[in-house]
Amino acid sequence: MNNVGSVSADMQDRPEQGPPLWLLAELTYRCPLQCPYCSNPLEFAEHKQELTTAQWIDVFSQARALGAAQLGFSGGEPLVRDDLAELIGAARDMGYYTNLITSGMGLNQARIDQFLDAGLDHIQISFQASDGEVNNMLAGSRKAFDQKLAMARAVKAAGYPMVLNFVTHRHNIDQIEKIIELCLALEADFVELATCQYYGWAHLNRAGLLPTKAQLDHAEAVTNRYRAKLAAEDHPCKLILVMPDYYEDRPKGCMNGWGNIFLTITPDGTALPCHSARQLPVAFPNVSEHSLSHIWYDSFGFNRYRGDDWMQEPCRSCPEKEKDFGGCRCQAYMLTGDATQADPVCSKSPHHHQILAARAEADLPQPPIEALTFRNERTSRIICKS
Amino acid sequence: MSIPQPTAVPALRPGYRMQWEPVQNCHVLLYPEGMVKLNESAAEVLKRVDGQRSINEIIAELQACFPSAPELDEDVLAFMGEAHEQRWIRFR
Repeated sequence: MNNVGSVSADMQDRPEQGPPLWLLAELTYRCPLQCPYCSNPLEFAEHKQELTTAQWIDVFSQARALGAAQLGFSGGEPLVRDDLAELIGAARDMGYYTNLITSGMGLNQARIDQFLDAGLDHIQISFQASDGEVNNMLAGSRKAFDQKLAMARAVKAAGYPMVLNFVTHRHNIDQIEKIIELCLALEADFVELATCQYYGWAHLNRAGLLPTKAQLDHAEAVTNRYRAKLAAEDHPCKLILVMPDYYEDRPKGCMNGWGNIFLTITPDGTALPCHSARQLPVAFPNVSEHSLSHIWYDSFGFNRYRGDDWMQEPCRSCPEKEKDFGGCRCQAYMLTGDATQADPVCSKSPHHHQILAARAEADLPQPPIEALTFRNERTSRIICKS
Repeated sequence: MSIPQPTAVPALRPGYRMQWEPVQNCHVLLYPEGMVKLNESAAEVLKRVDGQRSINEIIAELQACFPSAPELDEDVLAFMGEAHEQRWIRFR
């Protein structure tokens, strides 16, 4: 049980800042799907470089020594990497709990078995909708839905714990009952019904994605009804509903605080305190130039929004600043042009009217799915040029 | 929360793993995208959860290991009920 492999812990005394506990390894920005709410940066096509197998294993080893215990393999689509089984095996030997976060595209029985041998702990498969037509339209692939269904069944048959993740938005959230029924039929252990968070491509497409308040209320009511039903049956499936912060009056305690427990490494080795921080006007360190210990504890980027010295009013004197850290730095930057502002989700923010305007916009008719900007290399290059 | 029968045999649910984390200086329970820090008594109980031993047997073992502790029955049963509600364990 005390499985920490051959790790020697970095036990240096660090009184102020705790260790990174979660490591997100974005192995690649390559992906066969084109979801218009992808959290990858808009200019992903400009970042083609990827760390080698040996570099990734070195990153895992350094982060494990610092204290990271959860490791997510993400992307892009992590299955695009041919060395994924090797990376999983190395991470598992170090004592990580290993999570594969995938679209299911590129998965097959042979790889499911190979990952099981490597010690993979859990697989999360994302779906776009509960029916093939909407799913495939959102994913930009005609084969996606059938492949996902087949892989979800194969993952369960192999004995993995399985999370099914549905990103919800105004085009699919009304089907939440069907979505939950599908997840139960596929025997998911956890179901994440995650409404879009408006970063990356989702921010670009926000008007076409943000659900109305009435849609959210309906989704919440249906989810609560199923929760009660599952609890009464002592059913093992757990439903996790993530509501969009656009309907809140106080911001989320984003990432549990800047550079507090989360560490993201992007395909090219840039280290970030969260997966959307790349867009901020902050220089972030790269693992090819610095040790992770330096990056986590000493780098400018990771210290930039730690504590509260950087805060302006209304955050600085706010009694809730310990709880929500002023909200999300990326959201503040995207909506106000200044990452040290309060997250405009907060009703105390002088920019809160933008959130109210987005809610009002959601009540108006919006263009269909086909009119969204899809995440692919071509649009990424066009956006970056313009 | 319901209190389980002392004859029930608890097992960690599939996908749940307990391990010692030297940097955090505690045992943690790991599961899909989640991690819970365990205090010492929770860790002592969960170490003995193996799908073989009944709650009664676990209580007896703990009582033998920690002879100076007061009667543990109620605490261990309550913890098992909580762990079951949190979906960390299931009963066979």
